[in-house]
Amino acid sequence: MELSGSQMVIEALRKENVSVVFGYPGGAIMNVYDEVYKQNYFKHILTRHEQAALHAADGYARASGEVGVAFVTSGPGFTNAVTGLATAYMDSIPMVVISGQVPISMIGTDAFQEIDAVGISRPCVKHNYLVKDVKDLPRILKEAFYIARSGRPGPVHVDIPKDVTAQMGHFAYPSEIKMQTYKPTYKGNPRQIKKAIEAIQAAKRPVLYIGGGAINSNASAEVREFAKLCGIPAVETLMARGVMGDENPLLLGMLGMHGCYSANMAMSEADLMIAFGPRFDDRVTGKLSEFAKHAKIIHVDIDPSSIGKIVPIDYPIVGDLKNVVEAMIPLAKEQIDESKYKPWRDLLKRYDEIHPLKYEDSNEILKPQWAIERVGQLLGDKAIICTDVGQHQMWAAQFYPFSYPRQWLSSGGLGTMGYGLPAAIGAKVAVPSKTVINFTGDGSILMNIQELMTAVENNVAVVNIILNNQFLGMVRQWQTFFYNKRYSSTDLSVQPDFVKLIESFGGRGFRVTTKDEFDKALKEAVESNTVCMIDVQVDRFENVLPMVPAGGTLYNMMLEYKE
Amino acid sequence: MEHYTRRVLSVIVLNEDGVLSRISGLFAGRGYNIDSLTVAPIPKTNLSRLTIVTSGSAPVLEQIVKQLHKLIPTYKVIESGQFVEKEMALVKIPLAEDFNGLDAMLKAYNGTIASSGEDFIVVMVADDYDRIDNFLKAVKKYNPTDIVRSGSVAMDI
Repeated sequence: MELSGSQMVIEALRKENVSVVFGYPGGAIMNVYDEVYKQNYFKHILTRHEQAALHAADGYARASGEVGVAFVTSGPGFTNAVTGLATAYMDSIPMVVISGQVPISMIGTDAFQEIDAVGISRPCVKHNYLVKDVKDLPRILKEAFYIARSGRPGPVHVDIPKDVTAQMGHFAYPSEIKMQTYKPTYKGNPRQIKKAIEAIQAAKRPVLYIGGGAINSNASAEVREFAKLCGIPAVETLMARGVMGDENPLLLGMLGMHGCYSANMAMSEADLMIAFGPRFDDRVTGKLSEFAKHAKIIHVDIDPSSIGKIVPIDYPIVGDLKNVVEAMIPLAKEQIDESKYKPWRDLLKRYDEIHPLKYEDSNEILKPQWAIERVGQLLGDKAIICTDVGQHQMWAAQFYPFSYPRQWLSSGGLGTMGYGLPAAIGAKVAVPSKTVINFTGDGSILMNIQELMTAVENNVAVVNIILNNQFLGMVRQWQTFFYNKRYSSTDLSVQPDFVKLIESFGGRGFRVTTKDEFDKALKEAVESNTVCMIDVQVDRFENVLPMVPAGGTLYNMMLEYKE
Repeated sequence: MEHYTRRVLSVIVLNEDGVLSRISGLFAGRGYNIDSLTVAPIPKTNLSRLTIVTSGSAPVLEQIVKQLHKLIPTYKVIESGQFVEKEMALVKIPLAEDFNGLDAMLKAYNGTIASSGEDFIVVMVADDYDRIDNFLKAVKKYNPTDIVRSGSVAMDI
């Protein structure tokens, strides 16, 4: 079949069963957009900024487990997209991003809207390509999708010069992948697995430390079964919320900087840590020399470079988590006696009773934690929860009752403000049957506010809940704790009228100052099936607690803040 | 202070656009040292061989190897201690110098005269990297005007 480069892009996406592309056109990618116009295999959603196109594709990928796809043009189109690439890369999210480039003959001449896109994307993608010949395009696109979703997933960037999108070439989409150099390991080494089971058998105080890999590997059911079978208490990272399900009696909660007391104490007092797909982020470990210092460590990860990167590992297992845990289950059935860990479970339960996650509710002023809990009570598993970055993000992770994987979408690694709204759009497109909530802050929401237009235009009914404290709250909290209350550039009390703002985009807005108003607004928003924004006026000076100050130790948490 | 060791890595990669920038970018981005780096295609294949001399603490060296493996175009990372490692150096010496003893020195370091001009000669030596160090110290007495080192090439045995 003779096709132009642009037609090849369309056909490749069709072969990959892509149902939606998020993007923004421009000069260098116009040939591709001309073919987008002519086809009806997939829906194209025009965002209002390239960064948002990538976050929407990212949200789509996280909610669905499929590869998210985005198109952007060369130059500024691409540079706007970089934050989206980096966000997805840090959280191992599968995406294919296709950018236009100036024609090959003009590369290197500082042409209009030219930038060295592959040079810029290299450190923030899993892999990238500059397509120099249309005959390579089918293979490159096939590889791009394969690389994005296989192994440790990640974004792949394909930069296509304008003349290549016009060139004609033979199109035969490869049916299988033959890559000489890239072969991820899926199956764990049986000897290592056996040793790991023996280590669990020998342990008295084991803890499951579950990371985002459990989501990427779709291993939630296996991890739950393994935990139950062995009776081992579990902690989740920010990225792993939903893996165990919050109703699960073995789940202590989130660990780390804003983790709960029992989770952090479990890590500190464990004699064996069973790490299922986390990456020992500094927000989790705190001071490394004190991190889980009594514990031997089993680390299961599909990325060998993740193992031993931060802390030495006693039992490394390279492989796909689902696969490895499946192999561990029959051995555990034979060899592990869950009653052995009862004293340990009881101890942790006591820790949780002594210092549960808490906040002081008020009838005078809305507390942000209350708003999150309330949404959890009213919507529970009916909602997918997206967030931006900051205090609201931590409160959402702490107080929303998650019950299944892919219910929670948040920029964990890069911490990208402005992620929430476009990611919510992507999630709602992926799973239209769910209510999609974007918990956001009055700082974050303005970083991609233009996407209200995308949502309204496409009738993607996401509900934005601004926990409005008129501060850049998390930075303000650090200034309170560590900078002697010098609130440098964090006061956001000069702000738009968010109700009028969303109304001007064609959505519905609510301003809320009481619990009754909140319930009413949420109910109306969810039932309205339109794009909504609830501006919740919350206590300005509420802090996220507990807190392990950066570089502090997990067993030495700040449980409350005293002036 | 952690103990830094020198390590020779032989990295086989696909010989494609941008592969060198992926490797050098990896070292720069993660703050790893490159003491020397040489690259050339492997005959009759689509592959290239890079010889990288690096240094770091044991955990850092382990990460370097893993991160190199992680690059999509990386075929193989050879880190065995069993390398034949050689380096070459070119040294330009003015003819005005007294060459007494130079001949014997060149012999000792597998050297030869590579080129000459109206007022200079260029000598070339190929030897182990530490012996190249020694040669370059010894050759100072001839007041060389230019020195070029190739970086190591290595073959696992």
